[in-house]
Amino acid sequence: MSTTTPKITPEIVAEHGLSADEYQRVLAIMGREPNINELGIFSVMWSEHCSYKSSKKWLKTLPTKAPWVICGPGENAGIIDIGDNDAVIFKMESHNHPSYIEPYQGAATGVGGIMRDVFTMGARPIANVNALRFGSPDHPKTRHLMHGVVEGIGGYGNCMGVPTVAGEVEFHKSYDGNILVNAMCVGLAPADNIFYSAAAGVGKPVVYVGSKTGRDGIHGATMASAEFTEDSEEKRPTVQVGDPFTEKLLLEACLELMATDAIVAIQDMGAAGLTSSSFEMASKGGVGIDMNLDNVPQREENMTPYEMMLSESQERMLMVLHPGKEELARKIFEKWELDFAIIGELTDTGRMRLFHKGEQVADLPIDPLAEASPEYDRPWKPTPKRAALPAADVPAPADAMAALLTLVSSPNGCSKRWVWEQYDHMVMGDTTGLGRPGGDAAMVRIHGKKKALAITSDVTPRYVFADPVEGGKQAVAETYRNITATGAKPLAITDNMNFGNPQRPEIMGQFVGAVQGIGEACIALDYPVISGNVSLYNETNGQGILPTPTIGGVGLIDDVSQAVGMGFVAANESIVLIGATTGHLGCSQYLADVLGREDGPAPSVDLKLERKHGDFVRSQILGGAVTACHDLSDGGLAVAVAEMAMKSGLGAMIENLSAGAPLHGWLFGEDQARYLLTTQNADTLLAAAKAAGVVATKLGVVQGSDLTIQGVGTISVAKLKTAHEGWMPDYMAHPDFED
Amino acid sequence: MKACVIVFPASNCDRDMKVALEASIGSPVDMVWHRDTQLAKYDLVAIPGGFSYGDYLRCGAMAARSPIMAEIKKHAERGGHVLGVCNGFQVLCEAGLLPGVLMRNAHLKFICKDVQLKVERADTAFTGGYKAGQTVTYPVAHHDGNYFADAETLKRIEGEGQVAFRYVDNPNGSLGDIAGVYNAGGTVLGLMPHPERLVDPLLGGIDGKPLFDHLVKTLAA
Repeated sequence: MSTTTPKITPEIVAEHGLSADEYQRVLAIMGREPNINELGIFSVMWSEHCSYKSSKKWLKTLPTKAPWVICGPGENAGIIDIGDNDAVIFKMESHNHPSYIEPYQGAATGVGGIMRDVFTMGARPIANVNALRFGSPDHPKTRHLMHGVVEGIGGYGNCMGVPTVAGEVEFHKSYDGNILVNAMCVGLAPADNIFYSAAAGVGKPVVYVGSKTGRDGIHGATMASAEFTEDSEEKRPTVQVGDPFTEKLLLEACLELMATDAIVAIQDMGAAGLTSSSFEMASKGGVGIDMNLDNVPQREENMTPYEMMLSESQERMLMVLHPGKEELARKIFEKWELDFAIIGELTDTGRMRLFHKGEQVADLPIDPLAEASPEYDRPWKPTPKRAALPAADVPAPADAMAALLTLVSSPNGCSKRWVWEQYDHMVMGDTTGLGRPGGDAAMVRIHGKKKALAITSDVTPRYVFADPVEGGKQAVAETYRNITATGAKPLAITDNMNFGNPQRPEIMGQFVGAVQGIGEACIALDYPVISGNVSLYNETNGQGILPTPTIGGVGLIDDVSQAVGMGFVAANESIVLIGATTGHLGCSQYLADVLGREDGPAPSVDLKLERKHGDFVRSQILGGAVTACHDLSDGGLAVAVAEMAMKSGLGAMIENLSAGAPLHGWLFGEDQARYLLTTQNADTLLAAAKAAGVVATKLGVVQGSDLTIQGVGTISVAKLKTAHEGWMPDYMAHPDFED
Repeated sequence: MKACVIVFPASNCDRDMKVALEASIGSPVDMVWHRDTQLAKYDLVAIPGGFSYGDYLRCGAMAARSPIMAEIKKHAERGGHVLGVCNGFQVLCEAGLLPGVLMRNAHLKFICKDVQLKVERADTAFTGGYKAGQTVTYPVAHHDGNYFADAETLKRIEGEGQVAFRYVDNPNGSLGDIAGVYNAGGTVLGLMPHPERLVDPLLGGIDGKPLFDHLVKTLAA
């Protein structure tokens, strides 16, 4: 059989995930019928995963600029300037579909892929973050999936020697058939030595480095662009296998080569492998490429052009070198025992021509494929507003302290230590003591300097489901608060948009609403989007996930010694609440975990207030007036106090100041723009708040080893902590679990 | 004092070790690539943590057979000091420079956290900065730190004072709560916990610092 047959039939077109309309576009662009290699290339390039065809129209509306942004969306990752010739490069990306099918390898290669996105730009990865969402704890697959995903993330990140410092782990039944694995990597590069993907210079060599190409992951991008059905297990062969050892060598070899002046352009081979990387480089640079596939290092015998172009084998890079630098580069890659092969050269044809065993096996115009891919304005329906749910209409708990215990020990409220202790979060020697996992934001010092990054990820999917616009705002605002609570200034975000099937107008409406909310928050908080990723079709048998736009945020503190943690520091310090409490219980964790309900509206987010409160809290921390700080989120005031207590072992005496709101609304309401902080001098801090027009209330003092809410009840911090730390290890040690 | 840090493919605590050593020594520490074979000028050879060669076989087994190991053995035979941390400890056991072996953690999971250790002896170049019986905090970060030796070996190293550190609350199933061991001469130390990770108050503590300070004090003399 020739490597350009079989003939293209409507069945083959459908198997490649192309619609009839899209195939007509293929014919128009080609001016003839494509061969199988060409069809395969169209299929992956125009997959939702690679082309963003349903989301592009809306993503373009997001604010992406600020004076400190060096590079926004469109490259492998976004870049911000943090001064002193230091550039921070980061992005979050999903690996949802593969992780559900094969949790260890799916999650591992997600981590490997996002690190390549960062180091392909010249950055050394300095921190990893993982936002994970699993199905209901009762679902028979949840333990197995969680076990595999956590081990896969650790297996890859630990071997790479990059600390995994922050993230989220949540459970909800909407993820039963579609878990979310969102991996973020933050890297550090010299601002004057950043690498981009645009190829330039006709005649320059195109070089392949890293692992050999195998048959793994073929059509992974197409898989990630379709819904799951019962037979998704059959897609296991489309999941790639990770090799963190090779990636570590690739990282060191690339950084060593980048310190010379050999590289014109570089692009990692991620989704759609050699196809996507070569088209992207050529398209951005306005050049053509001739590639000889015989020179591609191959792991298996008799690989066809189709397989080589669509393979998603991991740990590979494509680069264009300056002529004459080939030997310098080859020596570096040989030192690190990696493959190095010149597989093509740049041309002025604007076409991608592939050769195999002396035969031309594909000839495609580059721009129409890469730049002129389909773009859809999918029909969408706004999510209807929910009726108000006053706290007075929500049943109060018989025992508020028992409800607090429930909230801190529920699957979503419990400590995630079981997860993050399996990740090396200290390697590289710059994770600060206060910035280890389990706080509001991780803190990672810039090596050898005084400054540090605050890093976090957050989203509250039940809010986004109830109200995509407010939920989108809230996700951004919560990362802003997480970073602010350490004393750092929030600088930029990456967004990982996980949604259901965009061909359903109500799902598309969730997407449109969330993008609107995110955009509004970014503008109001001066906190732009610099990179991101979209994962659609997170549905199984027509059931979509809760809309989950995960936000990864990065901030900067100039002097890391000024940062504060979230645990109480010393007895007799005053506890002050910043922000007003109305007792909003709609969509709250109290409603979900205590009453088993998910109704009511999401809390509304006043972005002006978020900004004002954030600026005030940060200035107080940097001025030395604050000893500890924690932002309020799930579970409200009572849970925030309990978390500050559990972190330190110190208790607190809290006055009951609920006058006006029902007590359970005051304790557990999730009103936004609030922080708790401790101070040695409450009067000064309250006066400063008054002068700044910020609502601040002294709530009580740090004392003893019990948490007391006057007139409500007392519970020992030790008891809270035992319950908080206990749920997850108990759950994962379940005797029915066999991995 | 001259010290170097050995770099195997996928060593990843090499920089951390260099930073900790340099802070105590006050001058640059060399990084020595695993294919190099010149160690004569060093007083201390440090083998850092990481996943040498991916650790796809038994941890440290590949590194123990790399060219540099013959030189490290010669260095040790000359009475030169060797410090192996985490993967470095695994490598030293696999190379036969230290007794015993590190098996998969009893709970089968990677574990990264601060642990408390009891310092067994304070009369070596490594631990002279502590008091015998003192409790110190070092972080662990490993998947294979479960120390094992046969009964005879165990009896010997216990009897000869070769146990360097013991876990206060054993995190990995190690026999005798053993966290680190010396060779018979007390010049080669391997331990699973990472002293180099706690040498800066900003990072959460400085309990590791006396180990490096005392090495410098002793070997520079």
